[in-house]
Amino acid sequence: MTIAISSLTKSFGPTHVLRGIDLGIEAGELVALLGPSGSGKTTLLKIIAGLDWPDAGALAVDGQDWLALPAQKRRIGFVFQSYALFPHMTVRDNIAFGLTVRPRAERPGKSVIAARVDQLLGLLQIPHLADRFPTQLSGGQRQRVALGRALAIEPSVLLLDEPFGALDAAIRRDLRRWLREVHEATKSTTIFVTHDQEEAFEMADRVVVMGEGRIEQIGTADQIHDHPASPFVARFMGAVVELPVALRAGRVEAAGLDASALERRAMADGPARLFLRPDAIALEPDAASPWVLSHKASNGAVIRATLRREDGTELPVDLLRHSAPEVTLGAAYRLRPLTGAVFSAEGAAQSGGPSPLPLLKEHRK
Amino acid sequence: MIAAAAPIRAKRVLPGFTLSLGTTLLYLTVVILIPVLALILKGAEIGPARFWAIVTAPRAVAAFQVTITAAVIATVFNAVYGLLMAWVLVRYEFPGKRLLDALMDIPFALPTAVAGLSLTALFSANGWIGAWLEPQGISVVYTIWGIALAMAFTSVPFVVRTVQPVLEDLDPAYEQAARTLGASEVTIFTRVIFPQILPAWLAGCTIAFARSLGEFGAIVFIAGNLPMKTEIAALLAFIRLEEFDYNGASAIALVLLVFALVLLFVSNRLQAWAMRHKGV
Repeated sequence: MTIAISSLTKSFGPTHVLRGIDLGIEAGELVALLGPSGSGKTTLLKIIAGLDWPDAGALAVDGQDWLALPAQKRRIGFVFQSYALFPHMTVRDNIAFGLTVRPRAERPGKSVIAARVDQLLGLLQIPHLADRFPTQLSGGQRQRVALGRALAIEPSVLLLDEPFGALDAAIRRDLRRWLREVHEATKSTTIFVTHDQEEAFEMADRVVVMGEGRIEQIGTADQIHDHPASPFVARFMGAVVELPVALRAGRVEAAGLDASALERRAMADGPARLFLRPDAIALEPDAASPWVLSHKASNGAVIRATLRREDGTELPVDLLRHSAPEVTLGAAYRLRPLTGAVFSAEGAAQSGGPSPLPLLKEHRK
Repeated sequence: MIAAAAPIRAKRVLPGFTLSLGTTLLYLTVVILIPVLALILKGAEIGPARFWAIVTAPRAVAAFQVTITAAVIATVFNAVYGLLMAWVLVRYEFPGKRLLDALMDIPFALPTAVAGLSLTALFSANGWIGAWLEPQGISVVYTIWGIALAMAFTSVPFVVRTVQPVLEDLDPAYEQAARTLGASEVTIFTRVIFPQILPAWLAGCTIAFARSLGEFGAIVFIAGNLPMKTEIAALLAFIRLEEFDYNGASAIALVLLVFALVLLFVSNRLQAWAMRHKGV
């Protein structure tokens, strides 16, 4: 099923939750909606599901206008963050629910339903839990049942709201891989919402980064990582070190900064802002640099170092303990960023305020 | 080998256990246990044969019949109406909702005698509603319908107030999930919502029924209290007391008590069954 979303807007009172969303999703794609809380990603998912309605815009699936269809008629599989398993029904009854509530004429026979449920229990690797109630299951097991219940109706689109939000790290990893496998097996168009970039990039074919009701960028993990489209995306991707720099002939310049590893940009000369990830900065001893190592702490794998300038500005740098050269407190270091994103000063300044973010294109050769 | 250490006594986290439990038990004993025990002893005092004679006397049997029939009518009405009322109060937003919500407590707050008097005034042949019903051949006052009406009035908040909080706490995701799975609104109610409020609803109906069995103040004004026709059991016990027939009074009261206990037991079993999925 191909999904076409255009100019979707939605407000809750004075709050603009969606400020014009345009998005196309191909049949069989696995897409992640990634963004911080309040970015409107869950609202967008609920609108696709028919559990919420936009103020304006269009939503078409295979050419059919879905905004004219109630949720019941859309045949979607929705997995809730809280799973929302019916507590008074066994696992088997929960999974069979979508089939047993069909109108008599369309309802499969009892034995067909039972066979379908058994098949799903197998796919979900939980046949032994068939007769338990949801309260008797662990979080990961509930997640599987919730997915089974959604898959039972052979949905045209599968929607998952923070599918692994409530699970611990080890189970998350297992379930991610397993969900990916389920997607390969069922080939249903799947959209999931998450605030966890690792989860989004590991699972999805394409990631849609959302911020404050807008789509900031759409792309694969590498594209978004290497070419963030806006200061918002750069910050969200972990480029929390923000340096004022000057652009001269496509190169960034600042005191104590060795930008030779960065590519030249086709940008006009003038003030700009450089966004760096703390783990993509190397330190080189340089007595002339204004940056002095003021603090360091190790977590075993990574040394978290803090560099301080005379005016009190601090910036964090993460060094791999075993491969990075030794650093000493009190010594001055030059910053040598390995990758980074540059935005013109106006764009970066604007993004801090409540005004809408312009989709800045980063120009690279 | 580790030498056997002195046993460690687990300390309670919450202080005041002894004092609070003691106070509770004392209160329970004085206010509930002793009166019930006295009632049972008083009933036992008269011996099985006389006890049986008292409670199977035609007037007593008629009183029990009237009481239970009216209580059943009132409870069936309240079960339906109370559920609807709770639904409306939880699910919809409308002007005056808070007022309506507050009005729901009036039967709790109003002296039952006042309720009985005003219901009588309304439904008597020359009352506002009675004047309209009487020509249709429906008389409420001085009939079992009047008794059921008074019972329903005093006990409906029990159903509303037990169902309401459970309905409020129900995660809307259950309904949304059912909707995405293709369930119609009716199916969502019958298969997803109702089973989850069933235990609370059963509990509310049981308390409403028990309350109806024991209601006195509101009924005596509207019932007419004709022996064999519209005389309720609680009133009969009261009459026996006034005649200084303590044994007769306690025998009748004991039967009411047994009814109430059996009812509570059945209701608890039903609730346990309806909540079987909650166990681990």
